Amino acid sequence: MKGFKPLLIASAIALSFTSTSLLADTTDGLERVKVDLVAPPQVHAHEQATSSKPKVVQFRMTIEEKKMVIDGQGTTLQAMTFDGSMPGPTMVVHEGDYVELTLVNPASNSMPHNIDFHAATGALGGAKLTQVAPGEEVVLRFKADRSGTFVYHCAPEGMVAWHVLAGMSGTLMVLPRDGLKDPEGKPLHYDRAYTIGEFDLYIPKDKDGKYKDYADLGSSFQDSREAMRTLIPTHVVFNGKVGALTGDGALTAKVGETVLFIHSQANRDTRPHLIGGHGDWVWETGKFDNPPEKNLETWFIRGGSAGAALYTFKQPGVYAYVNHNLIEAMELGAAGHVKVEGEWNDDLMKQIKAPGPITAK
Amino acid sequence: MRALLVGAMLLGGCMQTSGIDESDWVRIAAGTARYQAADASGATFEQHSDGFAIMRRQVSQAEYAACVAANACLPLDGDLREASAADLAAVGVSWMDASAYAQWLTQRTGVVHRLPTYAEWVLAAGEAFQDIQAEVFDDARNPAQRWLAEYDRESRRKPLDPRPRAFGSQGSNANGLLDVAGNVWEWTDSCFGKGDFCGIRIAAGQHPSGLSDFVRDPISGACSVGVPPSNLGFRLVRE
Repeated sequence: MKGFKPLLIASAIALSFTSTSLLADTTDGLERVKVDLVAPPQVHAHEQATSSKPKVVQFRMTIEEKKMVIDGQGTTLQAMTFDGSMPGPTMVVHEGDYVELTLVNPASNSMPHNIDFHAATGALGGAKLTQVAPGEEVVLRFKADRSGTFVYHCAPEGMVAWHVLAGMSGTLMVLPRDGLKDPEGKPLHYDRAYTIGEFDLYIPKDKDGKYKDYADLGSSFQDSREAMRTLIPTHVVFNGKVGALTGDGALTAKVGETVLFIHSQANRDTRPHLIGGHGDWVWETGKFDNPPEKNLETWFIRGGSAGAALYTFKQPGVYAYVNHNLIEAMELGAAGHVKVEGEWNDDLMKQIKAPGPITAK
Repeated sequence: MRALLVGAMLLGGCMQTSGIDESDWVRIAAGTARYQAADASGATFEQHSDGFAIMRRQVSQAEYAACVAANACLPLDGDLREASAADLAAVGVSWMDASAYAQWLTQRTGVVHRLPTYAEWVLAAGEAFQDIQAEVFDDARNPAQRWLAEYDRESRRKPLDPRPRAFGSQGSNANGLLDVAGNVWEWTDSCFGKGDFCGIRIAAGQHPSGLSDFVRDPISGACSVGVPPSNLGFRLVRE
């Protein structure tokens, strides 16, 4: 044992000459905060602008493989999820902060998993450093060195598409330290933030055209792969299920409130539209260093990205928030609702004559 | 002999001119139906009827299949195309299909058969009919209050198991009608809305549903919410 001591000292001296020593850590002295994640469409409480120094923000996500019902007919998906929800929880940090994620793959799961953060630099977004077998956990830290809404997703070699399409994606939002701004640099605020994760699903069917139900994850793989390769989704859903954001699950707001809609699609292009409303300020690509676009009717979210739209509600009622490919919205499920309470504004809209017989003039 | 008999029935031959068996009809006495407008506009309707006969059960798969075999009704979609059970309701039928069946039965029997009006269905359904609760809003100038209330009401409706169930297994009402307001909604002749144009009819059941007359399998879309009818079927009335 004694014999090794000089060698250890030597290596310590050698390391002290490099800029990033193993003994000193770049995050030494930074504040460390633990954040509890919440299930979408909610987003955990966060500051919109911060005067604090960069922090290390610690998150913990447990991967859950489970069967989930994805429509009103009881159709099931052998799902894989970050923290049990589709999409996984939205994480919020500020530019310059460090994201430190503990990724847990419980022994009850049957597959290895990992995570690729589109916001992270190197190692395939962290995927190379986070491969965890059932019964393992891993901790990854990366610097959030650019602002924006970014997708994260599972990316195990050879099975990326399946894991992502079975539910494993979510959003990391990196806010500018001084908050969101319009193109003139004026600050923009929101009263509520909602996160919407859109999924195109490919549920295998039997010979009679009925959706198949699988006893376990592994047995669903081959058929799911074939269904995926058709590129024709059987369902296109927000937050894991047809109707997840309707009825009891509808989003709410009040007239005068400003809402930030974060919308991710890890696989396929989509085009959100708020029926009866607009996007006052929209970061289509989600990257806040680019000036937002004003007064959009529909915005385009590229597959493999997350975007953000800010809107102040001006009129009460029930709004539909849809993918404006209307086949996907009305037939396949990509629709949610926003219930908005408040006073009606006759100046903005008024029914001058109720439907009735056509008169001569 | 049996094959011949079945063949004659399928062809709508003279062996069964009476159509639906007399024991399958229920007499509803004269009365006045009262109900809220199906579109939840807040309007209330009152309609008097002098009485009529209505089928105790819904039209069966076997009965509809006979109409198809006679080339008087259109075949149904998917698996329902082959459906021919005598103890299950014909479902997956549009208002047009139901009307075609009524017309065929009328021609075959010489007795006018037709779909009930919504008011007649309300009378026949009796205690099984649950009207929409009238709601009063304090600010008539804010239409959104009503929209939000309608939305919440529709959101509370839960889906029923749509799988077919034998006649009578969903109960009978005081008038002796079977399976009223169960998992099969029944087409009526009444228009959803007012005016001369009538492309949308009321399907009666646990809640009234306005549906285009060609719809066989209702879905709820992004602009509507809540639960569409589980199945669409029908029963007929005679004067």
